[in-house]
Amino acid sequence: MPDKIKFTVDGKECQAEAGMTIYEAAKANGIYIPVLCHYEGLKPVGSCRICSVRVNGRWMAACTQPVTPGMVIENASPDVEEYRKAIIEMLFVEGNHFCPACEKSGNCELQALAYRYQILVPQFPYLFPKKDIEAFPKFLLEHNRCVQCQRCIRAIQAPDGKKVFAMKHRSGRVRINVDRKLAARLSDEEAQKAMDICPVGAILRKEVGFRIPIGRRKYDRRPIGSEIEEKK
Amino acid sequence: MSRKLTIEPVTRVEGHGKVTIRLDDHGKVAQARFHVVEFRGFERFVQGRPYWEIPVLVQRLCGICPVSHHLAGAKAMDIIVGVPPEKLTPTADKLRRLMHYGQMLQSHALHFFHLASPDLLFGFDADPAVRNIIGVARTHKEIAVKGVLMRKFGQEIIKVTAGKKIHGTGAIPGGVNKSLSPEERDFFLKSPAPFNIDTMIDWAQEAIQLFKKLHAENRAVLDSFAHFPSNHLSLVRKDGALDFYHGVLRAVDAEGRKILNDVDYQDYLDYIGEEVRNYSYMKFPYLKKLGKEKGWYRVGPIARLNTCDFIPSPRAQKEFEEYKAYTGGKPNNMTLHSHWARLIEALHAAEVIKELLNDKDITGDNLVKKGRKKHEGVGLIEAPRGTLFHHYRINDDDQVTMANLIVSTTNNNQAYNEAVRLVAEEYISGKPEITEGMLNRVEVAIRAYDPCLSCATHALGQMPLEVELYDSSGQLVDRKRK
Repeated sequence: MPDKIKFTVDGKECQAEAGMTIYEAAKANGIYIPVLCHYEGLKPVGSCRICSVRVNGRWMAACTQPVTPGMVIENASPDVEEYRKAIIEMLFVEGNHFCPACEKSGNCELQALAYRYQILVPQFPYLFPKKDIEAFPKFLLEHNRCVQCQRCIRAIQAPDGKKVFAMKHRSGRVRINVDRKLAARLSDEEAQKAMDICPVGAILRKEVGFRIPIGRRKYDRRPIGSEIEEKK
Repeated sequence: MSRKLTIEPVTRVEGHGKVTIRLDDHGKVAQARFHVVEFRGFERFVQGRPYWEIPVLVQRLCGICPVSHHLAGAKAMDIIVGVPPEKLTPTADKLRRLMHYGQMLQSHALHFFHLASPDLLFGFDADPAVRNIIGVARTHKEIAVKGVLMRKFGQEIIKVTAGKKIHGTGAIPGGVNKSLSPEERDFFLKSPAPFNIDTMIDWAQEAIQLFKKLHAENRAVLDSFAHFPSNHLSLVRKDGALDFYHGVLRAVDAEGRKILNDVDYQDYLDYIGEEVRNYSYMKFPYLKKLGKEKGWYRVGPIARLNTCDFIPSPRAQKEFEEYKAYTGGKPNNMTLHSHWARLIEALHAAEVIKELLNDKDITGDNLVKKGRKKHEGVGLIEAPRGTLFHHYRINDDDQVTMANLIVSTTNNNQAYNEAVRLVAEEYISGKPEITEGMLNRVEVAIRAYDPCLSCATHALGQMPLEVELYDSSGQLVDRKRK
């Protein structure tokens, strides 16, 4: 059995298997590093940067960067947390996120992160972009809430491996594009998977909204990250 | 010199409205109007939203009786998913009723104890610093505590059925998303006094006794204040019983003659029209059969007890019989008797809550049904303040394309104007000096209908009462603040 890699997170001595990312290694040691674009089982892309940590003085994305021996990782230092909070706030002001009537409320990772970071009013001005809703046979794509995490792109594929979701445009105009023909062939289960994998309320399965009562939603009882931190 | 009096905002009501009274050169009332100066625009911005979001989205119209909008929206969506209200599972139907009757109890308690009782207990001319719920708590502690706890009880009923006391998610198209656990049910049935349903029923009955005592002491004013004939509209159960959740439309005139009867509310547009006037954001609905001039009507407690034939719970029915006997079985057109009617309804709500809590269906697990989808649906409910209309159309992509809401307060629009005019003519016309008490009488008349102006248009506002005096050229000559 190969030797374990030794590193520190906020001064705490940690060990992990070789080949793990910083995010996975921290998790194995009961330390939560917030993620949004990353999803267990999907290839990490490091696009949202919420998992940013400072390693030996340099910023890195914890979901993509492999852990190496001797790394000195800063995860909970005030400026790292402020940096993440700013990213979350930017995601809010760049979209139109109205939690009160959103079906994903209580199950939404963006909302849960906002609660964790105690965001009351964003420090940036709201942009109120003009975005729309696109309808497909099994689901609706609510562009107002999309944070371009690309989870749907990576997770949902046709039987021949073709991607159902893709990105189009660049920079501020970037948005998720859907292959209508492939989307029309999605089963109910695949549409449900797309909705479940979306961290926000951008992918909505048709006709089955609000089935989970308040009190039984994922983050009603425990804040995001607590399932990792409770293993300490 | 002619003058213009402005009461803005009207206090101890939900939302933001104002009253203007124009006096002629002799100080006589030339014109009295109730304005709703808020604008919200829900009908427009629900367009494009998926239909299953509607019950959760539209309830944000209001924080006082959001359950009404939640359920009216859900009832419209029931039609759209092909499950008319009669076809819901017994568990879904009874849980929605429980939620709604819990709301009736809390909203009626709030209105009577918190908003209206200061006028009735202290008098219309009492010092405004005392004439409020804090004043009631200081001098009539027992009454205030009962009011607060009755409201809390209703709110707790809403919480177990909708998930939250305000803005929950219990009703979904075709059913509900949760039922009650035996523990949740027993909390209301078996908690030690006072927080159990038997105590609430007793307290609701005591509140009626309180009103009757105040009425006996001040009969002339309570009977004559803003007493005017009108038509009355509400839902009634098919057999004519009082029903807050579902039924058919019935309208009667001031003498009790039926104008509408057994009307399926899916066809409401054939019977109800809406007029727009240039001084208010609130529309003026009317019965098409009688036209714009004569077709206006009242809704709410007073209207419901005028349209229904009986109340299907024993203690409320007994009170109803006494109430009806007071007007010889004819419709009651006395504005301040709406408090009496409201308290009888609160008693009925408490009795129904007990009946539902003892029904095994509320702990059932058959929650949702689905039928053949339609593109249009209407949902009506008797909200605490009166009949509430929700009407939606959707497209093939399940997105809302049209919404029309006629809220309870809108239905009463002409009644407010009528009440304001009568009170202004009786108490302000020709008087050499305008006192705060006179202006409060105008508010008392509006308050009796428990208007919810935020529902009617926009958001809550909290500003001091301000009265402005203008000369005939429109120059401001005096301003008083409360």
